[in-house]
Parts: sequence; C-alpha cells; structure tokens
Amino acid sequence: MKAENEMRLVFPAKSINESFARTAAAVFAALLDPTVEELSDLKTAVSEAVTNAIVHGYRDTVGDVFLQMAVLPGRRLRIRVRDKGVGIADIAKAREPLFTTGGEERAGLGFAVMESCMDRVRVRSRVGGGTTVTLEKQISGK
Amino acid sequence: MSAKIEYRKAEICVLLDGEIDHHAASLLRVSIDDAVLHKRPRLLILDFGAVTFMDSSGVGLVMGRYKLLRTVGGRLRVQNLSPAAYKVMRLAGLDKLGELRQKEVI
Repeated sequence: MKAENEMRLVFPAKSINESFARTAAAVFAALLDPTVEELSDLKTAVSEAVTNAIVHGYRDTVGDVFLQMAVLPGRRLRIRVRDKGVGIADIAKAREPLFTTGGEERAGLGFAVMESCMDRVRVRSRVGGGTTVTLEKQISGK
Repeated sequence: MSAKIEYRKAEICVLLDGEIDHHAASLLRVSIDDAVLHKRPRLLILDFGAVTFMDSSGVGLVMGRYKLLRTVGGRLRVQNLSPAAYKVMRLAGLDKLGELRQKEVI
C-alpha cells in the first residue's frame, strides 16, 4: 500500500532515547489529529517496542534502532521498529504475557501492552539477524 | 522523571513525577532501594499521582519493589494510579501482591 506520508529515524540503542523515540512518534502521529487516547496508546506501544530493541536486541552492544512510520490510506498508521541485534529464537514464547528474559525488573508485558494499544502487532525475527516489530493502528476520523 | 522520597515514622512515601519508562525506572530503582534498605520501613508507598506516562517498565518497578519489601518484612502500597496504569498492574496480578489504589475521581 502506498504511503501518504513517511518518516524514518535512526538512533543508538541507549535507554535515554526511549523517551525521544515515543515523543518523535507522537509528533509525527499528531499530523493526523488523533484523540488523546490514541496518542497515548501509540506512545506506549512505541516505548515498549523500542525498549525491547534496546534491552533484548542489543543486550550487550549499542547498535542502531530504526523507527519508521507511514500514514497509509484511510488514516491507518504503520510503525516499524527494527534492530539488527540478537533476534528472538521463539517468537510465540516471547509474546506470552509475563514471559521475560530480562531479569527481575522486567514485567514481561511488552508485547501484551503493544497488543492492547494497537490493532495489529507483527514480529519478524531471525536469531543473529535482528527483529522487526510492525505495529498498525487506525486513527479515528474527524 | 523525578521522585520525592518522604520519610514518616515506619513508612516511606515516594512521590513519582513525570514519565516512567525503562530508562527512568532503572534510575528510580536505585534511589528507592537505597531508602528502603536504610530505613527498612513497614510500609512503602509508591504514589503515581503525578506520573504522566508509564509503560510496562512501571509494572517491573512495582514488582521489583514488592520483592524487596518482602525481604525486609514490609508491605507495599501503590496509590493514585490512572485507570490505564491500574489496568496494566492488575493484568500483571499486582493486586494480589500488594495494595493497589486508583486515583480518586473528584
């Protein structure tokens, strides 16, 4: 589907960039004039996906995180968060609520929260090749 | 993100302010745990009243503090949660571990 508008960002996998990424995503999404709740859902989902890339994808390194956003016809927003990190061996397991490899301080709710905030969550990953999370959300009409 | 830590007799109250993500949570954890291990309170209160954004890292922060409180023999109360934050914490089963209170609607 041809995008009506797009943006791309690349930033190093440093935790301080989590707030930068979700704020940048919100500013781009604001062009569609979403509701406060839609904006909050987008920020939360982007925060989860970017945190996964930083905490899991680049567990022992600081690689690049790619954030791509596209406005598809019919006010549909598509967000891609990609890393070239370690990849996920078992995607189904990773998506299970409360499952985490992140240690005691991680709740294991990242994908569950993304799913509750977005209409669609797709995950593509290859061990050693990185992970791409694609999030889609319909923004309500005005 | 900032946190004001108030000491009351056998309690510690942490007034959280701003956005809680993984970055902020890892900083907050250090200062909260420092206070808890020094004072060994009977009750730790985490007040989310001034929190403007939270992702699942907020849940991890609460879970981790619950575990710490158990090791020092104290209880945990999480209060002034927004409806969205309350929902996520219940999803994680935190209502079974400690006391969860929503923000009162006036």
